[in-house]
Amino acid sequence: MTTTLETSAALPELSNNEIARYSRHLILPEVGLEGQQKLKAAKVLCVGTGGLGAPLTYYLAAAGIGTIGLVDFDVVDESNLQRQIIHSTKDVGRPKIDSAAEKLKALNPHLNIVKYETMLTSANALEIIKGYDVVADGTDNFQTRYLVNDACVLSGNIPNAYGSIFRFEGQASVFATEEGPCYRCLYPEPPPPGLVPSCAEGGVLGILPGLVGVIQATEVIKLILGKGEPLIGRLLLVDSLNMKFRELKLRKNPDCPVCGKNPTVTELIDYDQFCGITPEPKAVEVNGTQVQNGIPQISPKDLKKKLDEGADIFVLDVREPHEYQIANLGAKLIPLGEVANRYVELDKDREIVVHCKMGGRSQKAAEFLQQQGFKVTNLAGGITAWSNDVDPTIAKY
Amino acid sequence: MKIHIPTPLRAYTDRQDAVSVNAATLGEALDELTTKHPDLKKHLYSEEGKLRAFVNVYLNDEDIRYLPEKESTKVGEGDALSIIPSIAGGC
Repeated sequence: MTTTLETSAALPELSNNEIARYSRHLILPEVGLEGQQKLKAAKVLCVGTGGLGAPLTYYLAAAGIGTIGLVDFDVVDESNLQRQIIHSTKDVGRPKIDSAAEKLKALNPHLNIVKYETMLTSANALEIIKGYDVVADGTDNFQTRYLVNDACVLSGNIPNAYGSIFRFEGQASVFATEEGPCYRCLYPEPPPPGLVPSCAEGGVLGILPGLVGVIQATEVIKLILGKGEPLIGRLLLVDSLNMKFRELKLRKNPDCPVCGKNPTVTELIDYDQFCGITPEPKAVEVNGTQVQNGIPQISPKDLKKKLDEGADIFVLDVREPHEYQIANLGAKLIPLGEVANRYVELDKDREIVVHCKMGGRSQKAAEFLQQQGFKVTNLAGGITAWSNDVDPTIAKY
Repeated sequence: MKIHIPTPLRAYTDRQDAVSVNAATLGEALDELTTKHPDLKKHLYSEEGKLRAFVNVYLNDEDIRYLPEKESTKVGEGDALSIIPSIAGGC
């Protein structure tokens, strides 16, 4: 199968330094001098410099890709370091894009880096993607996945080396080529918000983005070289727990709303709306108390004060048992998923303060309990805020 | 035959990663799965009974939407059904 990338007529020369650096590529007949020149001429846009983006950009830089565009707006957090190997301990708090660019440039000074310190949006995606030969999608949410896909298709079928991960499992493919399916051919619509937890909620095995990001990098290199069988029309499934790789057939959907015969999506849309993301209702102040969606909110400091004064408050933790094991406030534990079946265990006459890690799940639990007639308050910011504001000996995770 | 259950849906199959069913056709296999695990049904099918747009089911390596005989496709002990939901993580 041939790829969609065309060979530019005049490929850039390699300097003697570059020839020495890429020697192991140059002596591979499948790469050779011309292949290495193609890599040097290539422009690859990497969306996200996190779990997938870290190994992906690292290997692309090492391999001699001439221009790498980086899109990220996040800053390095301590909890990223378990898998985002491009960032170091000293980078915590720095913009990821600066930390990544520094490492890539140190690895390969011949590399040209273009930084886009922004969130990819419907307003800027086509402009950013324009001029790139391949896009590698290493983002972490459905909105951006559909945005990247549609932008690749609408920009004249720029191939998208796709990878995604969940806990121990990964998926990889190449979407949006002219002859092959796009992401919407595979999944026309996203799941409702909340059904599939994010890495922050569900956890992720640290090496998994390494495995999947390197598969994406491999596909990028193959597309540029025009060698081998790209993952077009195939979905590779990676199961790291059982270490099994499987492959499923993908078909281009003739009725696909973006790449089908009669497309209905001909420009970028509102992807938050498409993915059912509604902005959180803002908390309002009622008699000096913050109230969100009908649920009064209490700050960790106020809760501490009330408990110290001996107020009759029952604290309920709605996190998972394995989170409770890491850090807890000694509260009763009923995971959010079990609240609907177990709320009868709670006392209707007592004031209940619900907490979780950050305050999101407990808000949901509180809304449910209020409907059942309980007197509930949500601990704003969860156990994380408690650790920040009341008791720093409580571990943050 | 075996039906592979992906991680996000294991909450509805008592954490089992595979469910064994005894069925002659694809339709029967899926019916048996959702009868055994009724909570799974609303995650796989819309209220009109259509497979949801963010879930794909594969008989071996083939998307069941593209099977010529659809739900009446004969299945045997050696076949495997896989439910593949959309995931988006990359962080």
